[in-house]
Formats: sequence, structure tokens, C-alpha cells
Amino acid sequence: MAGIARNVLILAAALSGAAFSAPAAAQNEQFVPILSYRTGPYAVNGAPYANGVVDYYNLINERDGGINGVKILFEECETAYATDKGVECYERLKSKGPTGAAFINPLSTGITFALTEKTATDKIPIITMGYGRADSKNGAVFAYNFPLLGTYWSAADIAIQHIAKELGGFDKLKGRKISLLYHDSPYGKEPIPMLQVLAQKYGFEFTPIPVTHPGVEQKSQWLAIRQQRPDYVLVWGWGVMNSTAIKEAAAVAYPRDKLVGVWWSGAEPDVTPAGDQAAGYKSLMLQHGAGKFPVHADLEKYIYAKGKGSTEPGKIGEVLYNRGLANAMLGVEAIRKAQEKFGKKPLTGEQVRWGLENLILTDARIKELGFEGMLKPVSISCSDHEGARYGRVQQWDGKGWKIISDWYTADESLIEPLVADVSAKYAAEKKIKPRDCAKET
Amino acid sequence: MIAFGQFLEVLIGGLMSGVLYSLVALGFVLIFKASGVFNYAQGAMVLLAGLALVRALDLLVANGFPLWVAVVLAIGFAAVIMAATAWLIERFVIGPLVNQDALTLFMSTIGVTFVIEGVAEMIFGSDVYPLRLFPTDAWFLFEGLFPGGILVNKLDVWGALIAGILVGGLAIFFQRTKTGRALRAVADDHLAAHSVGIPISWIWFVVWLVAGLVALVAATVWGTKLGVQFSITFLALKALPVLIIGGLTSIPGAIVGGLIVGAGEKIAEVYLGPSIGGGIEYWFAYVLALAVLLVRPQGLFGERIIERI
Repeated sequence: MAGIARNVLILAAALSGAAFSAPAAAQNEQFVPILSYRTGPYAVNGAPYANGVVDYYNLINERDGGINGVKILFEECETAYATDKGVECYERLKSKGPTGAAFINPLSTGITFALTEKTATDKIPIITMGYGRADSKNGAVFAYNFPLLGTYWSAADIAIQHIAKELGGFDKLKGRKISLLYHDSPYGKEPIPMLQVLAQKYGFEFTPIPVTHPGVEQKSQWLAIRQQRPDYVLVWGWGVMNSTAIKEAAAVAYPRDKLVGVWWSGAEPDVTPAGDQAAGYKSLMLQHGAGKFPVHADLEKYIYAKGKGSTEPGKIGEVLYNRGLANAMLGVEAIRKAQEKFGKKPLTGEQVRWGLENLILTDARIKELGFEGMLKPVSISCSDHEGARYGRVQQWDGKGWKIISDWYTADESLIEPLVADVSAKYAAEKKIKPRDCAKET
Repeated sequence: MIAFGQFLEVLIGGLMSGVLYSLVALGFVLIFKASGVFNYAQGAMVLLAGLALVRALDLLVANGFPLWVAVVLAIGFAAVIMAATAWLIERFVIGPLVNQDALTLFMSTIGVTFVIEGVAEMIFGSDVYPLRLFPTDAWFLFEGLFPGGILVNKLDVWGALIAGILVGGLAIFFQRTKTGRALRAVADDHLAAHSVGIPISWIWFVVWLVAGLVALVAATVWGTKLGVQFSITFLALKALPVLIIGGLTSIPGAIVGGLIVGAGEKIAEVYLGPSIGGGIEYWFAYVLALAVLLVRPQGLFGERIIERI
């Protein structure tokens, strides 16, 4: 019954757009909007992520009394992963609080594309950790976009590095067939240019195969895969598309250990519906995986022990929950960094952008924050809005995720020319004069 | 020979998928046939039935019930939930709106859709709940004739069998039972039916109940295929072209429409898709439906309504 009551409360609060927020903004509060999706076809993935974000902001308020005394005021807005609703949420929340939104985190590449120009005009950073526009790594052109910890071009390169390792070297990629089964949306299409570059360099045959939203019907795609017999299939799915892909792969007897999902296709809801059929399935990790770390002990002590948690205590180490925590932490640390320059008070989006662009998290600082073992050092700058490009590979053994690789670092020598080319075209099209990062402080 | 084998595989796979769409389309047909209401909520009813079934099943298994007992009890529980839903819809939505035009009734079912989706997720949760009532592996037929054989998924075959039994059962219900004949009378003219003593409220409750039970059957198959989750509601959109092609009032039409849509979209996706970027099957089904609409607006098996002025 407690579970039902919690579901009722969370859903009602999210739908009313007033979840977990204080009734009115005090003057010493930093407002942070949360664009989330707890309803609709992607709720199974959106809800645990949002829970991680909400719990981390609550932890900062409960344990530390805010960021240097400035409490975080936050409000959820339900997007249902729909671009129009995401834009609506942004417009409604961008001016809230004493200084407006500190940053926005849309958790949707489609919403990111729709908001990129608006956020630059409104001077509000758009943090897209592990998703969004890959070319926005170039901060000289995309001053307000921050695709932190890894873009889809980094992910594509890491996936190919792993496949090459499994095959015995990059030379073994020549003549192989690698297909990309992707969500037919801006998110799913984003890795294609990079995979084309990699296919050309290493000589493998690349075939993109789209799946229409939401991905409940994939029989045609898998019959085509059965006929084409690719050596590997990269899965760039979200929500029901991932588990359906695994089930269909099993139905056509495609080996699950030849499936490699992106880091948004490697959480518990992606594999559990497929049961035993998912055993052997692999996915990239956006650095962290499932499991509990020192920050979880604080969450249990300051949030869950007081009955203020957003989810069931047993779920606070799940992959997407942990990603929500990491994402919220990076935002909080950006605000903290900006406070060093602009003072310990609520800051504007433009000031928080400075904080993001100068944010450096060392191993020691990551340890202090309780994220040791989850994340590697991050160093963001004007020219590098990604900040880190590491990944690992995990494999589902039928009961849990097991890390099966060492750390990979995306190959900048391959990615950078594409970033420079595509972002230059964007700048020319939008008449943006790229900043001179050498002069930025 | 290889190409022919591959074509055969796509064709069979498409036909089988089409039958699964028909399972959802049947619920639409039943309600439209008996009450003239286009029930947009059918997809949501599949979700509700599936959630009630899987949550009850999980609870019973966790409490030590043998699997077959748990399955029977869970199906019973889900059927009770669908009966309660049918009663509530008749009592608070369709009943009060009697004599309103078809568009008003259609709009009311859109409202019902959102209420069912919201309440179902609120009560039973919004996670993905695995359901394993049928086998999901495949047969590989004629391996001697075609390299790799022709793949036929066992779940699809189960779906086809269930659809066949369902259609047979519904045909007997409509043709041979007193309630079934009363349903047809109400469908033809509910005022005339009322004047000869047929209780309209009861009949409408029965038809929504039968549609709910058909939704439960669809949920067992689709829940096994996808896991029970919100995305099941999208099946309503897959059923629409089936209805347009088969006709809104024909139960055999729902099956034939499903076969045409399933085979058509799969063949289009596999053979036409790669040359135009792929991802075409979703809208290709509607291309087929529009083509049928232009030639036969009432669908292949639908009744032609002639109004004399």
C-alpha cells in the first residue's frame, strides 16, 4: 500500500507541476528546474533518473543547508519525453526564483535541439550529460551547451574500440558488418556521422536501421538483421525499444553478446523485461554503473532515514538513479564554482555558465563528494564543453550488470575534425561568431 | 531460392504480427458494432488488464501459490477489474451521454483513455513488468530447403491460435446466444430495441465487459511479447489501420485487416525501406488504409450504411 500511495503522490505532484518544491521562492534560494518524465512510454527510464536528481538536491539542502548556505529550490515539470512539452516547461520555468533558472537539463536530445538557440538567447546553460548535440562540445560556438562526460560521437568511438578489442585489433574490423539499430529521433540519429567516419577509417560495412517511436514493433528490423547477418549490432534505443530489441534478437537467435547498447540502453528496465533472454547483452557505461558508493550512505542517512526519499530504498543504486545523482552533482558543483567568483548568493544562468566552464573535479574532490569509483576527473573549459570522454562496457549476466572492460577514452583525433566541421557549419548558418577561447577566463 | 525463403519469412512474420494487431482491433469492433461508439480507450484497456494480471500474478507467486493456480486467480482478478471498469464506464460516461452524437461519445472515450492510463499506473505502478505466459523462442522450418530455415516465432503462433478461438467464440456469442442477438438488435437501433424490452444499460455493460475481456486476452499475448508497460497503449494506433481496412463492424474484417496490414508493412519495411531511409512501416500501414478508404469507405467487410431521406 505504501508503494501505491507513493506512486499516487509522485504522479499527482509531477502532473500538477509542483513536485517537491517550496511554495514560494525565498530570496536566498537558487532555482533549478527539473524537466522529467514520470508518465508516458519512457517513464520507466525517466522516473529513476528524476529520482536521483531530486534526492541529490534534497541531500544538499538537508545535509549541507544548501550550496554554501544558498538552498536549492527546484520544481519538476513533466515532459513525457515530448519536445513540445519540454519547450513549454522551459518557457514556464526559466524565469522562476530570484535569479531565474541556474541551468536546464532536458534529458532529451530532441528537446535539446529545440532549446539550443533559446537557451543561448536567454543565457541559461543547457546541461546534457551523455546526450544532446555532439557538436556542442565546441564551446566556442555553443556557449551555453554542455554535453558533459561524453557525447554520442564519443560513445560511438568507444563502442567501436570495444568491438575491435573483442575481435583482436582494429585491423580485424576490415570487412566486418556493423549495424546500428536506432530510435528514429534526433537522439538515435546523432551517432550516425561518427560511425560513418569510423566505418571509412577501419573498413567495416555500416548499416543504420531505424526503429519508429516508441519501438514496440521491431519484427521487420530483426528479420532484416537475420538476413544481413551483421557481426555486431549497436543498440541506440530508449524505453521499451531496448527490451524489445533484446527480445527480438533472441527470437531470431541473434547472439546477445554481439549486441552493444549505448549508455542509455544499459539500465535495469532495459534488460529485466527480457528475462533470461537478456543474458550476455552488453552496453556502454557513461563511466558509472549500478551499485552503491559513499554518496549513497549519505542519502540513506539524511534522506531515506527521514522518509524523504523519492523512490524505494532498494532502488537507489540502479544505473539511471546513479546517473541522475551524477548529473545533479555536476550542476551543483558548477554553481559552487561560480559562487567563488560571483559570491555566495543566488546566481544567474550566465554566471553559472562561467562556473561550468571553469569546473575542474579532481580525484580528490570526487572522493570528497562521495562519487569515488563512479566518476573519473572532469575538466571543462571554453573549448571543451564535454569535460571527459571515458567509458567502460558492462554485461548483463541474467541477474546483474558486470563490468567487463577497462576504461576506454574516445579518440579525439577522430572526433575533433567532425566537431570542428559540423559546429563551423552551424555557426555559419546561425551567424554566430565563435568566441576566442584563448581570451576567455 | 535464398531470396524466396527470405521473402517467405518476412511474409509469414508479417501475417503473424497482423494477427496480434487484430487482437486489439477486435475490442474496437465489438464496441462499435454494439453501440456505435468508437472506443479510443481500447489500448488503455489492454494496459489496465495487463497490469492487473501481472501484478496479481507476481503477488500470488511471491506468496507461494503454484504457478497454474496463480495464473487462474490472476486472470480472474483481472477479469473482475475489467468488469468493474465496464460498469463504471457505462454508469458514468456512456449511460449519461445516451442520445448524444457519435463525435461526443468518441470524445468521451478519449477522456476515458487518459483516466484509465493514469489510474492504472497509479494503482499498479509504472515499471515494466515481465509476463511469461507463452513461449517466445522460434521454430526454424524447412532448413533443408532454405539456408537458415524460415523463422516462425512460437508466440506469434500462440497469438494466431488465440485469435482464432476468440473469433469463433465471439461468432457463436453474437449468433447463437440471447444476449448476443440482443446486442445486435441494440446496434441496429437502440430505441427500437429498448421499446421491445431489451435493457440497454445491461447490454452496454455486457459489450464493454466483453471488450474488456478481449483486452485481457490481448494483454496476455502482448504482455509476454513486450512486458506489461505503458507502451502497450500504443497498440491502439497499430489497430486503427486494421479497422479502416477490415471495417469497423466486422469481426472477420478485423482479422483480414490485420493480416493485410501486418504483411504489407513488413514487406514494405524490409524491401522498400532501405532505399528510402527505413522506418516506413508505421505510416505505410496508413497508406494501405487510405487506399482501401478511397475504394471502399466502409472497409473490406464493413456494412454499407444507406440512409433514406
